[in-house]
Amino acid sequence: MKNILFLLLIFCSINASSQSRYITKNGHIQFFSEAPLENIDANNHQVAGILDLTKNEVAISLLIKSFKFDKSLMEEHFNENYLESDKFPKASFSGSFQSKEVINPNKNGSYPVTVDGKLTLHGVTKAIQTTGILTVAKNQVIAKTKFQISIKDYNIKIPTLVIKNIAEIVDVTVELPFTLETK
Amino acid sequence: MELRKILALLLLMLSLSAAAQDDLLSELENDVIDNTPTFAEATFKGSRIINGHSIITRKKKSLEFLISHRFGKINTGAYNFFGIDGANVRFALEYGISNRLTVGFGRNSFEKTYDGFAKYNLLRQQKGDLSIPVSVTWFSSTAIKTLKAPDQAQVVQTSFSQAVYSHVLLIARKFSPAISWQLMPALVHRNQVLEGEPNDKFALGTGGRLKLSKRISLNAEYYHQLNPSTNNPTENSIALGVDIETGGHVFQLHLTNSQSMIEKGFITETQGNFFKGDVHFGFNITRVFN
Repeated sequence: MKNILFLLLIFCSINASSQSRYITKNGHIQFFSEAPLENIDANNHQVAGILDLTKNEVAISLLIKSFKFDKSLMEEHFNENYLESDKFPKASFSGSFQSKEVINPNKNGSYPVTVDGKLTLHGVTKAIQTTGILTVAKNQVIAKTKFQISIKDYNIKIPTLVIKNIAEIVDVTVELPFTLETK
Repeated sequence: MELRKILALLLLMLSLSAAAQDDLLSELENDVIDNTPTFAEATFKGSRIINGHSIITRKKKSLEFLISHRFGKINTGAYNFFGIDGANVRFALEYGISNRLTVGFGRNSFEKTYDGFAKYNLLRQQKGDLSIPVSVTWFSSTAIKTLKAPDQAQVVQTSFSQAVYSHVLLIARKFSPAISWQLMPALVHRNQVLEGEPNDKFALGTGGRLKLSKRISLNAEYYHQLNPSTNNPTENSIALGVDIETGGHVFQLHLTNSQSMIEKGFITETQGNFFKGDVHFGFNITRVFN
């Protein structure tokens, strides 16, 4: 019994002292789609994220209004008509990642990972799976991934009038420069 | 016994810390995302509510072409095709120098009037660390009528001595995605007036929109004159309309008792009595070029 207690105590203390969380406030996510009439290219440079290297967990959140377009009218329509950012201001991802090799935060290197989790966009949450790369440097982890989403899955409706202007599949490119959390 | 209690406590602590890690996302959102300021966008679809300006300024480097019509009075009957025979036209170009500053120039067939204006967005409604409940835009314009006086058919009577300056403070709040409301105190200064008329006319306007669907909204607008002329009374401007948005265009269709499409005209020179049927059908069509 005492042994178990001791073990639990150690567990707790490891939990409290582990310095394995990395954060970012200026990650970059790009939405890109090629459509018959015009390409859609939106960039959000204010993506926030937390990466936990001991738990292999990651959470990402962003504001829809922080996506910037070259054409201001496109940006207005994106917010007002498609993503309805007043009703659904945020998009987020939370999930876990797996690496074949054990990720050593003290050694520079690149680790291919598979990522599993839930993506919430336009008020709809879907399970997604993708692959990415974690690049570890001193006190820094850069996470990169690229995947596709179908806007139909997220209940984003496009009127038939403009269906030619907008593609149904959107490429999502993610680059998150995490730095070690300092407490 | 004692040991069990401690064990239970430890287990509780463990499970709590596990729950906290599950909530990595909510921690992130509480710390960062929820404090990031966001601005109210697209408080109105167009740069006009109906006759008067809205707080909306054009985005930087975008050019808007506006064609507006006000037809004759509907109650002039079938002979005038319910007013359609007598159209007033205004063509205008408006350009965003910055996201906050827009300048524009227009030409009205009504009294052959030229108008130029500038509007500057002073405050933007925002949520977040700093909360600002309203958007505020300042609007100033100069209008010069070039219509020849009937007894001086050969002489063009145009000079700044006849200019009319209008200043309007536009204050708007987007209450919800569907409902926006605006207040607009206005001053119209006329350099040249008839005897007994004040040079400065004050008015308080109010207007708003109710979105019926993503692309259609119902608009209303009213300007109340605070010091109406006693010798030469004019009506308060009333307008009801519908905005229809299709991609790069906004179509605004409306009914109003004002014939003029610029501030000095609809605020101080409206002749029609809305409730006696002196109503003009009109429209604004805008096209934005990036």
